[in-house]
Amino acid sequence: MNSSVIVFPGSNCDRDIASALEKFQFKNQMVWHKETKLPKSDLIVVPGGFSYGDYLRSGAIAGKSLIINEVIKAANQGCLVLGICNGFQILTETGLLKGVLLRNKNLKFINKDVNIKVINNETKFSNKYKKDQILKINIAHNEGNYFTNPNHLKDLKDENLIAFKYCNKNGVINDDFNPNGSLENIAGIFNSKKNILGMMPHPERMVDNLISNTDGVNLFSSLLN
Amino acid sequence: MKITNQVVESHGLKIEEYSNIKKLLKREPNLLELGIFSAMWNEHCSYKSSRKHLKNLPTKGKHVIQGPGENAGVIDIGDNDAIIFKIESHNHPSYIEPYQGAATGVGGILRDVFTMGARPIALLNSIHFGSPNHFKTKSLLNGVVSGIGGYGNCIGIPTVAGETKFNSTYNENILVNAMAVGHAQKDKIFYSRAKGLNKSVVYVGSKTGRDGIHGASMASAEFDENSEEKKPTVQVGDPFTEKLLMEACLELMKDNSIISIQDMGAAGLTSSSVEMASKGELGIEINLEKVPCREENMTPYEMMLSESQERMLIILEDGKEKHAKEIFKKWDLDFVVIGKTTNTNKLTLKFNNIVKGEIPINALASEAPIYDRKWVKKKLSKSKFDIKKLKNIKIEEALIKILSSANHSNKRWITSQYDQMVMCDTVQKSGADAAIIRIHNKKKAVAVSVDSSSNYCKAHPLTGGKQIVCENWRNLISVGATPIAITNCLNFGNPENPKIMGEFAECLIGIKESCEYLNYPVVSGNVSFYNGTNKKNISPTPVIGGVGLIQKLKEPIDHQFKKDNSSIIVVGKTFGHLEQSVLLEEIYSITDGQPPEINLLNEKNNGESVLSIIKNNLVNSVHDVSTGGILITLAEMSMGSNYGVKINKPKKLTNLFKYFFGEDQSRYILEVDKNNIEKVEKILKNNNVFYENIGSTQKDFFEIEKEMKINVKELYKINNQWYNNY
Repeated sequence: MNSSVIVFPGSNCDRDIASALEKFQFKNQMVWHKETKLPKSDLIVVPGGFSYGDYLRSGAIAGKSLIINEVIKAANQGCLVLGICNGFQILTETGLLKGVLLRNKNLKFINKDVNIKVINNETKFSNKYKKDQILKINIAHNEGNYFTNPNHLKDLKDENLIAFKYCNKNGVINDDFNPNGSLENIAGIFNSKKNILGMMPHPERMVDNLISNTDGVNLFSSLLN
Repeated sequence: MKITNQVVESHGLKIEEYSNIKKLLKREPNLLELGIFSAMWNEHCSYKSSRKHLKNLPTKGKHVIQGPGENAGVIDIGDNDAIIFKIESHNHPSYIEPYQGAATGVGGILRDVFTMGARPIALLNSIHFGSPNHFKTKSLLNGVVSGIGGYGNCIGIPTVAGETKFNSTYNENILVNAMAVGHAQKDKIFYSRAKGLNKSVVYVGSKTGRDGIHGASMASAEFDENSEEKKPTVQVGDPFTEKLLMEACLELMKDNSIISIQDMGAAGLTSSSVEMASKGELGIEINLEKVPCREENMTPYEMMLSESQERMLIILEDGKEKHAKEIFKKWDLDFVVIGKTTNTNKLTLKFNNIVKGEIPINALASEAPIYDRKWVKKKLSKSKFDIKKLKNIKIEEALIKILSSANHSNKRWITSQYDQMVMCDTVQKSGADAAIIRIHNKKKAVAVSVDSSSNYCKAHPLTGGKQIVCENWRNLISVGATPIAITNCLNFGNPENPKIMGEFAECLIGIKESCEYLNYPVVSGNVSFYNGTNKKNISPTPVIGGVGLIQKLKEPIDHQFKKDNSSIIVVGKTFGHLEQSVLLEEIYSITDGQPPEINLLNEKNNGESVLSIIKNNLVNSVHDVSTGGILITLAEMSMGSNYGVKINKPKKLTNLFKYFFGEDQSRYILEVDKNNIEKVEKILKNNNVFYENIGSTQKDFFEIEKEMKINVKELYKINNQWYNNY
């Protein structure tokens, strides 16, 4: 499978996601933001970090960059797109995913391991997970508080577009286990065609037992499936 | 402008120093030149009060590639891998403007490390605040923590370890020390020494603004009631630009374009150009009209003294300008040839071809003043306390009070604001005795820790100095690392006061003794004097940052209990030293008396024995016994795990408080499986190490036989609520 990782100035999880992709035998290429053409890709990853310093608003400037037009084109043609953390913020800025990511409700940067529940396991990104499987996964963000309008929220539910929700280790979903204030504990969503996934947690950080755990592995093996 | 005595003093120079300047120049300096002297001759840049004492520290060893004197220290960890690291203070700016002060402290130390060709792999910090009740503490604390996180998180380097302490001695002068650790190829290390004539001197990075002018001079004076007015001397950080600068520099470093490179830190363009020329025994000529400026009509004086961040000076090989420029253009950074190396041995500053200032390099560097300041030995306080006369409280009550105090409560609320996992090589995060960072794509790792103990250093500077090096060494041992070398950040009061200078001199003697005995050299460091306000000096606070090597990385060892019914072994002898202990400070507010003695022979023997036990896979967990003694150490091993302890009452010592809260040194607690106990005892006996088997782990409860019993979850809760109530 051919993958491309988009590198913006200020991206800082680009090396981490590239290492994870290579670990699972993706043929990966790094694509600099000033490029105007994408290499042949089955998967495009928009990585975490602070693209353009997150000045103006996180993801806002990257959402208007040269390469992003190519990402939008590819996504509309059905290419798989994965946005992690800042990548998720960028995808909402482009309109490829609806909704916004607001400041965390405690107004602080949060880095910790949290539990999330797999809500939809019937997609290209999640088919190797079990439905309702509980994962332990790292988050690291200032703006991860997902919000959207009631109509879109209804669509998300009706069309099964919620990928992951924050929960506790037993799978209980409520405000106590919502790290950042996200609407209905949403940690990741799909677009309506389910070829785009945006998520705040970092699956690339969970592929090595020595560092953390291997709860992120099935996301990569799902893509290869 | 006429240089009056007032102008001289406003530049932080003494009148005698000014006469010396005139002698060296054989004329009066102009204002630009005076500014440059003030930038180079201040305490922060010249080490004029400390140099005499620093040169006694051991700086060599079989792992040392580069000791003090460069941007950072370099050690060899085998297989062509080198670790480059340094700690630096940003105390004064952080007190005036906590967010930016702390942020630029992180930015500055990162530049010191990547300037030498290393990719930074870890950040650490040691931050000290006044009493939690002081009206400024809360905002300073929140500002500093957000500043450290803001910079490190954005640039994408994990902040993996540190210490946060509160003590009224820092009420009006907080300490913010930041340490950076980087990894480089041993054959690709870059130094600041200029070489060759007529080589291009290139300015790269951010534009120069009016921020931070006289920052280094500000950091070389005490505060007074007008300190707030010094805000404009604090630099403003931009981690985004630093990220670009770091990537651009590391890209350019892949080939042989760079002769030498130096970041513009304290005293900006002045100190970077002088340092490069001085080390290369060359002159340097700068055409100031070429310096990229952020603001209009900046004068040569402002350009030379600005401390705008995220800038570098590079001397390039002939014919490499085009190639280098392309790299910096790719990263959208300024790249301008602003001058050249010369054979004049002078710093020559031109503006539109008119010479605005010219100073012999020697006058700024080797001829800078060095003082042999008067110092007096610390008068030792005699302790007056008698444990039998103290108010009787229960052990459990003392334990709870300490665990819920500002200093001993869990600092997760701080560390969760730092990205600890970015780069995906953090094997052990903060909260452990030391953090462990894997070398990317390799099987080995480094362990890192920062430590200080101002109470011990205040009570007895020599013993305190000795103790912190040992404490740091112990922390690395506890995670199974072989300690290799240290960096130090020496935070003290006004060196013109013989008592303060005495604290400095004696602490350094202590540091030296331990470093020599443990074969633990100092490879880099920083001195911060004048920490105080209105003649009130802080307690001496040397901070030690240590790096150790784990040659074969396996499951990391930490301090959390792992199993039910393991044996608990205390390595090292417990005498029950309570003076300067947490118990007396937190429960009885007694702060006089002597710190515990260090026996270096035992220190080394105990440590090496514990390391060999860890390397033989004979322990489940290890924790060094630090402030608070055995009981706090055991509590830390329990909280966060599901296991507590059942401790037998000691037979020999009559006073339980002395036994459980005494802070005798060179001790560790090991959790050992019952079926490994014989092997562990054999190693300890063979090495003549004193040890005691004091009990076992058990599920859920933290218990001392017939004395106390409390649920571990309850202890965890107590330990984690301080900040919520703050």
